[in-house]
Amino acid sequence: MELFGDPAVWLPFTFAALMGLSILIYVVLDGFDLGVGLLMPLSDEAEKDRLVASIGPFWDANETWLVLAIGLLLVAFPPAHGVILTSLYLPVAIMLFGLILRGVSFEFRAKAPIAQKRFWNGAFFTGSLMASLSQGFMLGMYVMGLQWTWINAGFATLTALFLTVGYSFIGAAWLIHKTDGVLQAKAVGWAKGGIWGLILGIGAISLATPFVSDRLFDKWFSYPAMLYLAPLPILSAALVGYIWWKLRRLPYYDDRYNWTPFAAASALFALSFGGMAYSFYPYVVPEQITIYEAASAPESLFIILLGTLWVLPAILGYTILSYFIFRGKATELRYD
Amino acid sequence: MDTLILSRIQFGANISFHILFPTITIALGWVLLFFKLRFNATGDQKWMDAYMFWVKVFALSFAMGVVSGITMSFQFGTNWPGFMEKVGNIAGPLLAYEVMTAFFLEAVFLGIMLFGASKVKPWVHTLATFLVAFGTTMSTFWIIVLNSWMHTPQGFEMREGVAHATSWFEIIFNPSMPYRLTHMLLASGLTVAFVIAGISALRMLWGDHKESVKSTLRVGVFLAAGLIPAQILMGDFHGLNTLEYQPQKVAAMEGNWETRGNVPLVLFALPDEEARENRFEIGIPNGASLILKHKADGVVPGLNDFVAEDGTVNHPPVAPVFFSFRIMVGIGFAMLFLSWAGAYMIRRRGADNLPKPMLYAFTAMTFSGWIATLAGWYTTEIGRQPWLVQGVMTTKQAVADVPAPMVLSTLIAYLLIYAALIVAYIGVITYLAAKSSRGEPLSSRQYPRRGEAEPSLRALQPGE
Repeated sequence: MELFGDPAVWLPFTFAALMGLSILIYVVLDGFDLGVGLLMPLSDEAEKDRLVASIGPFWDANETWLVLAIGLLLVAFPPAHGVILTSLYLPVAIMLFGLILRGVSFEFRAKAPIAQKRFWNGAFFTGSLMASLSQGFMLGMYVMGLQWTWINAGFATLTALFLTVGYSFIGAAWLIHKTDGVLQAKAVGWAKGGIWGLILGIGAISLATPFVSDRLFDKWFSYPAMLYLAPLPILSAALVGYIWWKLRRLPYYDDRYNWTPFAAASALFALSFGGMAYSFYPYVVPEQITIYEAASAPESLFIILLGTLWVLPAILGYTILSYFIFRGKATELRYD
Repeated sequence: MDTLILSRIQFGANISFHILFPTITIALGWVLLFFKLRFNATGDQKWMDAYMFWVKVFALSFAMGVVSGITMSFQFGTNWPGFMEKVGNIAGPLLAYEVMTAFFLEAVFLGIMLFGASKVKPWVHTLATFLVAFGTTMSTFWIIVLNSWMHTPQGFEMREGVAHATSWFEIIFNPSMPYRLTHMLLASGLTVAFVIAGISALRMLWGDHKESVKSTLRVGVFLAAGLIPAQILMGDFHGLNTLEYQPQKVAAMEGNWETRGNVPLVLFALPDEEARENRFEIGIPNGASLILKHKADGVVPGLNDFVAEDGTVNHPPVAPVFFSFRIMVGIGFAMLFLSWAGAYMIRRRGADNLPKPMLYAFTAMTFSGWIATLAGWYTTEIGRQPWLVQGVMTTKQAVADVPAPMVLSTLIAYLLIYAALIVAYIGVITYLAAKSSRGEPLSSRQYPRRGEAEPSLRALQPGE
């Protein structure tokens, strides 16, 4: 351990990074499958089956990244875990109800008698909506420092709407990749609508963050920080422009570039997330508790890290394998 | 009602709902692997039919387990932040290892197991089935390690009021872990055995005598008949282990108010906490002394040892522990008689010709494993009160400082959702069984037919 200097410094940092990584992976992966759930009401009965088929093999593992993220918060920063989750008690509960509804209606909608299918389709949409809205609300509250005031709740309501539209955007981008024909053309239209939510959401958080505290303001608007940070907004703007330009041309005649909106959207999510991480470091509860104050004992973190170094690559490996196995269009039915 | 009691009810409701589904998936995963291996070995279509029916039950149970499990992981923070703050250094790594070694394995390979049959080679599909079963068992292992450690903690020291690990070997292999783990795995095996036997018996009653139904009835009955004696023996070992480490729990289970010799085995009584005695007691003289101490006059610890001088009670509430223990044992013996009678009849007359009353009995017992598991769970978890971690922290010390009405509102919402989902779950399984018995395809989806017969193993469609 000597090699890395003081374990009470690098271990919390490493775990904050791991937690950030799993939140980012969660937001992109469950983001697209929640988004597909949000688009259900816009599709007809036959298309609904294809929408569900496009996320079928993936949603469960996608959701597990949330469990890992919350697990890492819980194991690495126990006091912060308590503060964050008790102050977000109600939105967490609403998210959980949403995730429960969505997860089970996925199974029920196809197994229950046909007459009940409509009900479970509705539950699938409602669950996705509840989960997306409450996650956006929690994000807004977190950015504003977890204080329950009317202004903060108002801001959080806005981020709730933006994240929901943002999820439906990345969901539509996923569908452009996984479907073809009429449904694909529809998905392009949905993505064109959804991108506005994404732009407004990223914009709102970017504008609000520096004004939450002087510390954050200085972090962003001082020289030379502004210089290093300039690529973040510039790249984001370029990506938005690229997505917009692509969406006007998709689909191409031989389905080339169908993956580009999804890839660009993921990059955009990653950039915004990087900006947030920069803003809040070293705090795990904004302006209250730093990752160093909240960290668990080094010997406990070390024992988890040892395992993580082996297990995380394995998880990434078989996750990639599963995306590879289920590549191709979601409608495909093969009997060979 | 205050936040503490509401939070306890809420957590109790959540974990009661959650545990139902792992109880199914842990053993059903291995049973599916067995079906798959039989199919690979014999090429007999009936095994694949059994697989295709039960894999749907597995997928449904798995989804129910996942969503309620996510709820559990958040409840630590929303309702019991004190737990992680005090023993997070020990509980944290165990939970982290569960997520990393089990959750992802199950979730990813479940996708391949359900929907990948036509996209991967047959042996990869068998491997995926194995990895899902293995993952659920790993998950059980880590959770039971943590739970056992909370009952019989060791391998740590307290520094400034926070537990620090000193030996991970001692933490993982704590004294009650092997008993608890085996007891839980056997409970899952029995639950699944009775679910399979019960649904198969129901289909027989509906006049469905397909080869696959006969085979699953045999598998269910023989599995139950084989596991139940092992479970009864294991339960006894577990009881002796509890007597050593948590005597107050055993005293509550036995309804024994005074430490004394010649303690009867109480078959029925109404424990009266006010008067500190049993009313309407019916017992076998010296029974408890014989079972627990192997001597007719063996001294058995009583609840009076756990009342402080000032009158503070440090033992669990007696009645719920006493009754749930009797429900568990009662169902255990019912399982013993029915499964052995069933196994005997199948050997003599074949699975096709079981007498109708026996088929009704198996149908009635379909979800008996659930009730026994819950009763056992209440025995051990209520029996731990007032401790959350035995001798380290009480339940009261862990509870969150959130307003009671907030907990009450979420509690009501959880109860409504859970009640609706249980009804839907049992309803859909029965519906699938009825549909399959009528010989209809299990999916509402229309499949394009290529060639003549449906291939023996096709991939399910997502959500099917």
